[in-house]
Amino acid sequence: MTIKKFVVGCFDDEDILFPAVKKVRKAGYKIHDVYTPFPVHGLDKELGMRDTSLHTVGFIYALTGLTTALGFISWILTKDWVQNYGGKPHFSLAAWIPIMFELTVLFSGVGMTLTFCYLCQLAPFVKKHHFHPRATDDQFVMVIECTPNTNVQEAEGFLAAAGAKEVNVQMAETGWWLGRYDMDKKLFDHTAETVTA
Amino acid sequence: MSLTKYESFVREPLVDGDKTYSKVTEDIVYTIEARPTRLWYIGLYISLALLLFGVYSIYREVTYGVGQWNLGKTVGWGWDITNFVWWIGIGHAGTLISAILLLFRQGWRTGVNRAAEAMTIFAVMAAGQFPIWHMGRVWLAFFVMPYPNTRGPLWPNFNSPLLWDVFAISTYFTLSLLFWYSGLIPDVATIRDRAKTKFRKLFYGIASFGWTGSTKHWQRHESLSLVLAGLCTPLVLSVHTIVSFDFATSIVPGWHTTIFPPYFVAGAVFSGFAMVQTLMLITRKVMNLQDYITIGHIEAMNKVIVLTGSIVGCAYLTELFMAWYGANVYEYDAFFRYRLAGPYGWSYWIMMTCNVVSPQLFWFKKLRRNIEFTFIMSVVVNVGMWFERFVIIVTSIFRDYLPSSWSLYYRPSIFEIGFYLGTFGLFFTCYFLFSKYFPVIAIWEIKHVLKTSGENYKAKMEDLEKISAEEFYARTHQH
Repeated sequence: MTIKKFVVGCFDDEDILFPAVKKVRKAGYKIHDVYTPFPVHGLDKELGMRDTSLHTVGFIYALTGLTTALGFISWILTKDWVQNYGGKPHFSLAAWIPIMFELTVLFSGVGMTLTFCYLCQLAPFVKKHHFHPRATDDQFVMVIECTPNTNVQEAEGFLAAAGAKEVNVQMAETGWWLGRYDMDKKLFDHTAETVTA
Repeated sequence: MSLTKYESFVREPLVDGDKTYSKVTEDIVYTIEARPTRLWYIGLYISLALLLFGVYSIYREVTYGVGQWNLGKTVGWGWDITNFVWWIGIGHAGTLISAILLLFRQGWRTGVNRAAEAMTIFAVMAAGQFPIWHMGRVWLAFFVMPYPNTRGPLWPNFNSPLLWDVFAISTYFTLSLLFWYSGLIPDVATIRDRAKTKFRKLFYGIASFGWTGSTKHWQRHESLSLVLAGLCTPLVLSVHTIVSFDFATSIVPGWHTTIFPPYFVAGAVFSGFAMVQTLMLITRKVMNLQDYITIGHIEAMNKVIVLTGSIVGCAYLTELFMAWYGANVYEYDAFFRYRLAGPYGWSYWIMMTCNVVSPQLFWFKKLRRNIEFTFIMSVVVNVGMWFERFVIIVTSIFRDYLPSSWSLYYRPSIFEIGFYLGTFGLFFTCYFLFSKYFPVIAIWEIKHVLKTSGENYKAKMEDLEKISAEEFYARTHQH
């Protein structure tokens, strides 16, 4: 549980957000995250993020599924319980292709989704701090993390100058906790600072 | 706005009207936040009544055995398997719209994909009932699963298309569910963050998995949906291929044809799109979503219907040709004596009229863009596709090799019909609940395409409109 101080700026257009991200990064501020209501293409590159490796993981899961199916079926039908189906060879690969394919897809899909949930820390009853309730509606919310060297007032001014319609300072927990959205469980003493000297 | 100098005459806007991001949220979420209309309650109660009748029919079947159905010596698969294949086919359109059209970068899918995916899941749920309850001793249904057991261990036959079906359909259901739900999470978060009531905060809070809209999460989300789409594309083709293997790998004349897999897949997409039309035409009207599900969307789906309908028609004719050209007397009889004619000849001609002849009317643009006509056609197509499965299944088996076992004229019992109606109840109960509690249109996907077409895009083009054609060309083709 780490509580940090953040400067939050809300933009209402992705066309204003892009140059703002560029400016803020150039000025040396540490962007914690940008919350958007839909995937804004190119924003990840603009923020200097590397590509996700989720698809590679999916490929590995797919191979796992394929080998599981092939290994399991061939063990059953050639070793564990050998049966004669119309005099056909026990190792009849062509007939196994459907199930091998299905398990490949199943393992890959389920594995990727679970990995996705794990990486993004998504699960039922998980609660996170939301910097702005309209980040899932129509606001593009840029959050700057305050380091000991950050001049908060300057950062606020900088965001406003870059086009943010609404700027504020928030103390927030960056991780997640078990919680419900209909009950406000205070994790820490919330002292919303609007202006700090 | 009347800037039309460089506006496309071919591509219609994906979203009509002058929308902002918050207007999109408002338009789609308001039905969830408003009280349900009386029409919704009436619909839900009718569905629940059907569902209850279905439950009673199944109760009869389980308690007294499969004898409650009028299956006979030759017709061992009747309405049950017909309905199974029919429902599975309907499911296919959802995956086609959400996965294949995503890979093909078809922008118009965004208006209809969410509801179509939900339809897929409910249709597969309805389909799954038939093979399960048809087992008779349904309490032993888990025997189809390959698990170490005390009976040997005795394993299921992995060379059997019926077991392939078990794997195909359960995988299809699982992946459709994951694809649908992972796309739903950001939209559920949108509802959660607007929620005023305690129930909504709790329910959507749990269902949204704590989604925040972080850039990194979106990046992973995009990767996930793209790969899931890539996986679902061959999966959806494989599912109906495997369903067709149930018939094609047998040696029954009329079933034993190599054309079945592509023909079944085309038929599935055909009937699925018809069902999407039926649902979407009602949904857009009742929920006032005409700006998001436009005439352009309806026309695009009608084009798919006429294409797949023609493929299906082509397959019917190919089958007839092969039955004659193959010079096998049993196959010839199965088609020309017992299918085109004979006691069930009427069902063949209903199928031909509904599936092959009537969709050809969609070659006329005026009819493709006519809502009433489209609605009637969507029902006609699904009637036709039900009869296609009935024709394939029943007319191929009601007269087998041994004339002494030729049974009486097969007509379903009330509980066979009740079971079918019950799956309608299941399907529509789920759909009514879905349309009330979840956004029927993918909000974030609409926002994603909002500025690339329609009024928002035109606003951005204002300065482009002022320049000359040469300069416009130079600017837009500089890459």
